[in-house]
Amino acid sequence: MASNVKPRVKVPKSAAAGSAVTIKTLISHPMESGQRKGSDGNLIPRSIINRFTCDFNGQNVIDITLEPAISTNPYFEFEATVPEAGDFKFTWYDDDGSVYEDTQSITIA
Amino acid sequence: MKTKSLKAILASVAVAALTTGAVMADPVDDDLVVNGDLPIVTQAEAPAYIDGLTEIYSGWRFREDDTRKMQADDFDNSGMIFVEQAIDTWNEVDGTAGKSCANCHEDPESMKGVRATMPKVNKDGKLMAMENYINECRTERMGAEAWGWNDKPMVNMTALISSVSRGMPMNVAIDGPAAPFWEQGKEMYYTRFGQLELSCANCHEDNYGNMIRADHLSQGQINGFPSYRLKNAQLNSMHNRFKGCIRDTRAETFKEGSPEFLALELYVASRGNGLSVEGPSVRN
Repeated sequence: MASNVKPRVKVPKSAAAGSAVTIKTLISHPMESGQRKGSDGNLIPRSIINRFTCDFNGQNVIDITLEPAISTNPYFEFEATVPEAGDFKFTWYDDDGSVYEDTQSITIA
Repeated sequence: MKTKSLKAILASVAVAALTTGAVMADPVDDDLVVNGDLPIVTQAEAPAYIDGLTEIYSGWRFREDDTRKMQADDFDNSGMIFVEQAIDTWNEVDGTAGKSCANCHEDPESMKGVRATMPKVNKDGKLMAMENYINECRTERMGAEAWGWNDKPMVNMTALISSVSRGMPMNVAIDGPAAPFWEQGKEMYYTRFGQLELSCANCHEDNYGNMIRADHLSQGQINGFPSYRLKNAQLNSMHNRFKGCIRDTRAETFKEGSPEFLALELYVASRGNGLSVEGPSVRN
């Protein structure tokens, strides 16, 4: 069970209709690969965020599969076209079954 | 004739090498503005009591473009993740007195300016780093257990306290009761340690800007600590870095929080008087 997991996202407050905006996301997470051994010599079980998705007004923007080689506190930066005002919904899926969510609204300038 | 032309070639090679050396010795010419509205002083005139330097540069000026960019935005600065964690700790009740940091100090903003004068001599004549003050609060006023120098909550808390002073000039006192500690730190700075017989000054005063293996040597300024290092993806305390440096000279190192490191911290901090507080900075 990962502790101190906290999603952060940065989305502009407004954008021109039809323009592309840059979105930055970061989730604090140890991303334990499952390959390392602890001080007792036993493998530390894998515990990573395995999937990240972003939706805009119910429509999928990106859907990413994360692998164990991705380092701690995974950061994603991508662009999305904003046709109308609405909500970006971000979802991170943890190996342990936890789901972390964040939502940010954007208006049309 | 042959020897002569060979000599000429060698000379031109030497000149070329010198030129490259001179280029590398220059810190990057760039301005740091955090979040677009917080200018950071990364270059200043060296304090009069520093003989070996005329200009002082923040370590930020010696890093690659990408690394420098990370520090210019709090979202991209991974050190800020730990500052956020420290804000949670700040508001958390701990110890037998049933208090949190917030009970006495209210908002972390109340710590503004603290980092710029650390370390300093307290009323009992003891040289204290920020870690010492934090533990004094925890053990004497909160009834909580002291944190270890490198414990995550400790390093995170120093990052939080440092972050609210960003942009303020470093200004540690080196006179009065601090003078003997400063002298001790200076002595250490110029003393060669370890099997490699290297002093701090050999690298950070005589050779800053040059490469040490694959790394670009900085002046070893500590205005950016605690520092988020890309190599270990976590915040690193100043004393932890001192330890790393001394270990690399193949010497027995001092302990974090030892009187030796406290004196060295004071002296090294004084070498950066005039640079802005940057912590948590991003370095490689």
